[in-house]
Amino acid sequence: MSTAVDVKTLIIDGMDVSARQDQTVLDVARENNIFIPTLCHLEGVADIGACRLCLVEVKGTPKLLSACTTKVYEGMEVTTDSERLRKYRRMTLELLFAERNHVCAVCVANGHCELQTLAYGQGMDHVRYDYCFPKWGMDLTHPFMGMDHNRCILCTRCVRVCWYIEGAGTKNTSGRGGGSMIITDLNQPWGDSETCTSCGKCLMSCPTGALFKKGSTAGESDRDRSMLEFIVNAREKKQWTV
Amino acid sequence: MSKRIIIDPVTRIEGHAKISVYLDDAGNVTDAEFHVVEFRGFEKFCEGRSYSEMPGITPRICGICPVSHLLASAKAGDAIMAVKIPPAADKLRRLMNLGQIVQSHALSFFHLSAPDFLLGWDSPAEKRNVFGLIASNTDLARAGIRLRQFGQEVIEVLGGKKIHPAWAVPGGVRSALSQEGAARIRAWLPEAHATTRVALDLFKGVLSTHEREAQLYGNFPSLYMGLVAPDGTWEHHGGKLRFTDSSGSIIADQIDPADYRTVIGECVQESSYLKSPYYLPLGKDDGVYRVGPLARLNLCARMGVPLADEELKVFRTHGHGSVTSSFLYHYARLVEILASLEYIERALDDPDLFSTDLRADAGINSLRGVGASEAPRGTLFHDYTVDRDGKLQKVNLIVATGQNNLAMNRTVAQIARHFLKGTEITEPMLNRIEHGIRCYDPCLSCSTHAAGRMALHLRLVAPGGDVVGEAVRD
Ligand code: SF4
Ligand code: SF4
Ligand code: FES
Repeated sequence: MSTAVDVKTLIIDGMDVSARQDQTVLDVARENNIFIPTLCHLEGVADIGACRLCLVEVKGTPKLLSACTTKVYEGMEVTTDSERLRKYRRMTLELLFAERNHVCAVCVANGHCELQTLAYGQGMDHVRYDYCFPKWGMDLTHPFMGMDHNRCILCTRCVRVCWYIEGAGTKNTSGRGGGSMIITDLNQPWGDSETCTSCGKCLMSCPTGALFKKGSTAGESDRDRSMLEFIVNAREKKQWTV
Repeated sequence: MSKRIIIDPVTRIEGHAKISVYLDDAGNVTDAEFHVVEFRGFEKFCEGRSYSEMPGITPRICGICPVSHLLASAKAGDAIMAVKIPPAADKLRRLMNLGQIVQSHALSFFHLSAPDFLLGWDSPAEKRNVFGLIASNTDLARAGIRLRQFGQEVIEVLGGKKIHPAWAVPGGVRSALSQEGAARIRAWLPEAHATTRVALDLFKGVLSTHEREAQLYGNFPSLYMGLVAPDGTWEHHGGKLRFTDSSGSIIADQIDPADYRTVIGECVQESSYLKSPYYLPLGKDDGVYRVGPLARLNLCARMGVPLADEELKVFRTHGHGSVTSSFLYHYARLVEILASLEYIERALDDPDLFSTDLRADAGINSLRGVGASEAPRGTLFHDYTVDRDGKLQKVNLIVATGQNNLAMNRTVAQIARHFLKGTEITEPMLNRIEHGIRCYDPCLSCSTHAAGRMALHLRLVAPGGDVVGEAVRD
C-alpha cells in the first residue's frame, strides 16, 4: 500500500492539516479537534448529507458543502465557522423544531438529546418560523420500544443502522418532504414486524427522543452508543473473523 | 331583570379568575359565581401519548403543586401496570408528598394569606403582600419563607429539582434518599417546628380578633371529602375515600378511589371551564362538598402523630361536629404542616428510604388506571384509559380547586351579601371577597385543565344592561 500518494494537505480554519484522500472534511476536522455540528452523521454507517448542519465554506466554491459527504482534496481551504455558517445552522435548527412537535421539558430525551444540545450550542433561544404543529402519532406496538414521530427529524440514522449494521432492513422511509416518515417494513405497526430482530440499535442511534425504551418518562432516555461503536469497530476491524 | 357585578381578576392567586355576583331587583345578592377562564386543555392533548409520559407531562399543569400531579400520575400508571410498587418507593413518594404539603401550605399561609389578616384587610394593596409583611413583621416573614424552603428541600433531595421533578414513575420512583439528603432534612426540622409553632400561636390570636371573618368567610354546612387510612387516621397519599357531613357523621367510607364515579358527579358550568364535582347520591345542590386541609381535619379520626393530635383537639373546638368556616382552612393548614413535620421526622428513621429496590416493571395489565393522592388543596384524581399498547385514549383529571368550586361560590355570595351596599364596589369588599377565595388557596391554572371550547368568549360579558357595576384590578 502506498501511503505517500494518498496523503492530501489542506487548510481547515487556517490550520494546516493532512488527510488520507478517502477521508471527508468532517473526518479530518474531528481528527484535529475542530468542531463541526452534525445530526445525521453516525460513525460506522454511510453518510447521506441529510441534515445540512455540517455545512462548511470551501474557498473557490460559492455553495456551502456538507462536511460529512465532501471528500478532501489537495490544497482545499475550509472554513467551519463564520457568520454565514452560524446563520444557516441556526436557521436549519429552527426549521427542524418548527417542523414537528418538540416539547423538550416533557421529552424522554430531555438533557440527552443531540438536537437540543446543538440548539443550545448555536444559541437558539427562540424559533422565528411558525410552528407547523403537525398531527403525528406514536407507535407503541412493539413490546419494549416506542416511536414518537413528533420528535423525529428524519435523519435516517435508525434506518441506516437497521440496514447496514443489523442487516434487518426493518426501518424505512416513506413519503416526501415534510410528510416523510419513518416506517417499519411496509408501513405496518412496529409490533407486527416480522423482520425486526428487537436488537435496539435504532434506539441507540436516534439523536432525539423519537425512539425510546417504552415506559420511559421525561429525561430518561440516556442513550449508550458505546455498544453501537463496539459493533462497528469489531466489524470494520474484522475483530470477529477467524 | 337580574344584575351582575363582575370582579376581575382576583390578584395573588396563581392564574386568573373572574367573579360574578348576581343581584335581584332589590339589589340583594342572590348568588355568586367564580369563573375560571384560563384554559389549558391537558386532558385533550394527552390523548394519544404514552401513559408512562404522564408523570413528566402532568406536573406542568401547575407550578405550585407539581408533585401532586406527579404522584397521582405515577399511581395511575401503577394501576395500569397492575403492580404493587416496592415498599421503599411508596415510602419515598409519601415523603415527597409531605414536603409538598409543607411548602404549599407555607406559601399559602405566609406569602398569600397572612398579609391580609396581619396587615389588615384595608391596608393598601401595594403593602398587603409578602413584601409588606417583610417590612412590618420581618422575622415572621423570613421564617415563613424558610419554612417553604424546607418543604422544597425535601422535594429537592428526592427529586433533584424543586419543581417538575419527573421522579415518580409508573411502578415506583427513580432514586432513593441519600444519607446526606436525610441529614440535611433532619438538621432543618427543629427550625421548621419552631416556625410552625409561632404561626399556630399567631393564628389563634388572629382568630380571637376575627370572629366576624370566621362567621362570614364561607361558614355554611357542607360535606367533606378526603382520603383516610383504614382506621380513619389522616392520610395524604394512600388510604380510601371518606365523606362526612357538617355534623361530623360519616356518610360514606372506605370507598376505593378507583370507584370515585360512584360517589362523585361532575357538572360543567357553561360560564366556566371548571368542572364542578358534587357528591352524587345527594345531587348537585345538597351534594356540595369541600376538600383540602379543612376537610381532611374534619374527616379524620386522628392525625396519628402526637403534636398534631393535640392541635387537632383545639382546632375542633371551633366547630360542632365539623368546623364549618372556610376561614379555618388557614388553621387546618398549620395543623397539617405540623403533622407533616412529625411524619417526615418519623420517616427519616426508616432504612427503607435508602433502598435500591425502587421500581416494579410490567407491561399493560389493565386498560384503566386511577391514581388518587391528597394534594395540599385536596384530593386529586388522575383517571387514565389506555389501549393495549399503553396509548392514552381518555384522561380525566379531578383537581381540588374544581371540587371546591361550588363552596367557593357560596363563600363569595356570603361575603358579598354582607359587604355590598347598593351597586358600589368598594375596595374593602373586594379585599374580603378575594380573601374568601384565598381561604381555599385555589390554584387556578391547575383547576382549569378541563377540555372545553365555548367558554372563552363568555369572558367578554357584554356591558349591556346586565352589568351594573364592574371593577377590574390588577
Ligand atoms: S427530541 Fe430533543 S429537541 Fe425534540 S423535544 Fe425531545 S429533547 Fe427536545
Ligand atoms: S427516529 Fe430518530 S434516528 Fe430515526 S430518523 Fe427519526 S430522529 Fe432519526
Ligand atoms: S451531518 Fe452532514 S448533513 Fe447531516
